[in-house]
Amino acid sequence: MNETLKSLRFTFLAVIAALFVSAFIIVITDIEALGDGNFGQAFNTLGTAYWGLFKGSFGSLRAISNTITGATPLLLAGLAVSSAFKAGLFNIGATGQMLAGAITGLWVGFAFQLPPIIHVPFALLAAAVGGALFGAIPGVLKARTGAHEVITTIMLNGIAGFTVLWLLKTELFKREGRDDAISKFVEDSARLPKLFWFMGKRIDLLAHTGFIVALLATFAFWWLLRKTTLGFEMQATGFNQEAARYAGMKTKSLMVVSMAIAGAFAGLAGGSEVLGLYGYASGTVAGDIGFDAIAVALLGRSTPIGTLVSALLFGALQAGGRQMQVDTDVPIDLIIVLRALIVMFIAAPLLVKAIFRVKGDAKAFGQTFRGWGG
Amino acid sequence: MKFELRGITKRFPGIVANDSVDLEVSTGEVLALIGENGAGKSTLMNVLYGIYRPDEGELRIDGAPQHFSSPADAIAAGIGMVHQHFMLVPVMTVAENVVLGVEPTGRFGSLDINEARRMVKEVSEKYNLDLDPDAIIEDLPVGVRQRVEIVKVLMRDAKIVVFDEPTAVLTPSEILEFFEIVRSLVAAGRGVIFITHKLKEALTIADRINVLRRGKVVGEAIPKKTTESEIAEMMVGRAVQLIVNKKQAVPGEAMLKVDNLSVVEPDGRTVVDGVSFEVRTGEIVGIAGVQGNGQTELVEALSGMRRAATGSISIADRDVSHDSPRERHAAGMAHIPEDRQRQGLVTEMSIMENLVLTRYHDAEFSSGIRMKWDVAKARSNELVAAYDIRTNDPSQPASTLSGGNQQKVIVARELSRDIRLAVAAQPTRGIDVGSIEYVHAQIVKERDAGVAVLVVSTELDEVMSLSDRVLVMYRGKIVADVDPKKVSHMDIGLYMAGSRPAGAAAS
Repeated sequence: MNETLKSLRFTFLAVIAALFVSAFIIVITDIEALGDGNFGQAFNTLGTAYWGLFKGSFGSLRAISNTITGATPLLLAGLAVSSAFKAGLFNIGATGQMLAGAITGLWVGFAFQLPPIIHVPFALLAAAVGGALFGAIPGVLKARTGAHEVITTIMLNGIAGFTVLWLLKTELFKREGRDDAISKFVEDSARLPKLFWFMGKRIDLLAHTGFIVALLATFAFWWLLRKTTLGFEMQATGFNQEAARYAGMKTKSLMVVSMAIAGAFAGLAGGSEVLGLYGYASGTVAGDIGFDAIAVALLGRSTPIGTLVSALLFGALQAGGRQMQVDTDVPIDLIIVLRALIVMFIAAPLLVKAIFRVKGDAKAFGQTFRGWGG
Repeated sequence: MKFELRGITKRFPGIVANDSVDLEVSTGEVLALIGENGAGKSTLMNVLYGIYRPDEGELRIDGAPQHFSSPADAIAAGIGMVHQHFMLVPVMTVAENVVLGVEPTGRFGSLDINEARRMVKEVSEKYNLDLDPDAIIEDLPVGVRQRVEIVKVLMRDAKIVVFDEPTAVLTPSEILEFFEIVRSLVAAGRGVIFITHKLKEALTIADRINVLRRGKVVGEAIPKKTTESEIAEMMVGRAVQLIVNKKQAVPGEAMLKVDNLSVVEPDGRTVVDGVSFEVRTGEIVGIAGVQGNGQTELVEALSGMRRAATGSISIADRDVSHDSPRERHAAGMAHIPEDRQRQGLVTEMSIMENLVLTRYHDAEFSSGIRMKWDVAKARSNELVAAYDIRTNDPSQPASTLSGGNQQKVIVARELSRDIRLAVAAQPTRGIDVGSIEYVHAQIVKERDAGVAVLVVSTELDEVMSLSDRVLVMYRGKIVADVDPKKVSHMDIGLYMAGSRPAGAAAS
């Protein structure tokens, strides 16, 4: 617990440091005010921007809903990176696994007529299985041939991306009357219910129960790591594959299983976007989420709680960033800079240690990611 | 020239690593600094070498106080250090490595490699180091690499050379060569500080011995006037059993049968060559040999980590040749691997988790896929107490333990099961005297309980004192099968170098 607290504090400090550096960037963007020597205006801009950032992420029910909407796929895809990393595998393939899950979930969503109580879980299960099967491929390749998962998952992202573009134009998936890569809608019975359904018909509250699915998945990840033999084997293999092999663990099958589990999480991310947010799939359904998920896992140090907290943080930044752009002239791209700064400060523990004069060994904060050669 | 450390105290959070230590060494003598792991030897040497600044005390050279703020200052003052882990660039030549950082340059600042080669040759000849300046480091055996490190130090004109555990990586014959080099350094008027925890070596080579325990110098001795057990007692703080105390073995039936076993490397070299032997219940069979004669591969084949090319292995008359490591485990085999940090433990995981690393799937510790961590916790508390593992919290990572205690974790895990055969590879490599005594006692206890034990060690003393029967391996073959009480160290040394006992049949 002590260790967890330490690393949470450290993450918090990294966020503070990143906000501080971003403040300079915001002030500089108001170059006209600075040129006129009007520093008051520049600081005013800064205040408005950060206030907008807060207001847009937590300031109202709608803001909270937006934060949750953004956080849901980031959390599930983040678990895909974290869980693989616990087993010593660097999963860059969350994008591809999300797409696989989106397609299988989509198909079950429109191809069957079922009561919602069955249809929703069935479609989610299909998404998880689709992601798991696609995720298992790099695991098999690594176990059989030693091909590095970083390379194969990146390549499989490309394969998944173009396959989905093609599939969406086939008769089976394509929407009537459209020529671009956009699918038909899933049945209403397969749609994930809105999270704030009790608020009546407010269409601006986009958050859906995919978030509940993501929270359950986070709990499942925690349970896997802490309470099961499989989780024990995955972690032993992740830390020291040779010792795991000496202890009689089947490290090669563990690679495949770990990647399949990771793929299932990412598949759920794709599925919940299709069944919860959009109701259909397009070529951009996965967007940059698979890559942002790497930062989420990194920031969360691959722990269940850490991944949850950092997914919420990223969701909040995304939602707040839009508000910030509306309230000031600060572009939403600043959020990308801010996220990059957070990740940079996390990756450079000594820097944060020096800035905040934290006592103790930098190692206490833990190394976040090892090199992908090892 | 005389180097003195006076009243050196160095504290780290929660621990006093050096507690007012006095130490002196002059050119022309060898000082051995011995102590258990964690006694403060390395800290002291890092103070001497300018890596740490002492909290109290000072360093003097010929009476003049010195203030080192970096190793560069220490080097300039004439102190050289040969680290336990070599700092060489594997793809470069000997000459290139030696001049790295102090490169002789030509007219336009280009590297003058011929000058570098000449310098290496000169130093190498002067001290009989026999180095080829053009050899690539990665092609060289460990002993030769160490000599490259020595040349590096000498080229920077060190008056005092510090060796940190220099023999840990050397074969017995390389150790003898190393001692010759130390003697020639001293003859050439340099001083040597030799850090070790091997008593015999300190007694052989040192003029004086300083013993460190818990950060303090607890004794000084002159090798001619002391004995191994006296020094061991100073080191550990109590009387230590250096000779393994055991009764006559009462061997029963053959438990492990190895028949015509061969292991072939992927590149086609045969590293274990048609080996046959038996280990009976209630006996300890030792395999002696210089590192690299097939012992590692033999153990890998026995434990199931590697497929044998030919031959069979059976435990209690059941052929296990094609069984997985876990199936061999289930057949009653315990395995203490050669490299505890890489193979025996997951050091990032807790002591408790490591104690169940090979047993977590037993019904005792899990049902279905659910781990019973409360059972594992209770059991690990028992094992920590029963096997004298020095920790106050088994939930701490195994990396927080000393080498000896890490080894005890493995011993506890492997021997606490119901076993019939134990295979222990280098069971006491790099651990302190107290832990060695303990591990040996546990192995003997298992033997007396009727377990068949195979011990593989490159430490000749260990094999000779622990085993009831000794097999010698040379180039993948077993060349001798002898009773350790009936042969001398010298004889075994000859077999290790390839000669066969008169009238012995090859295995």
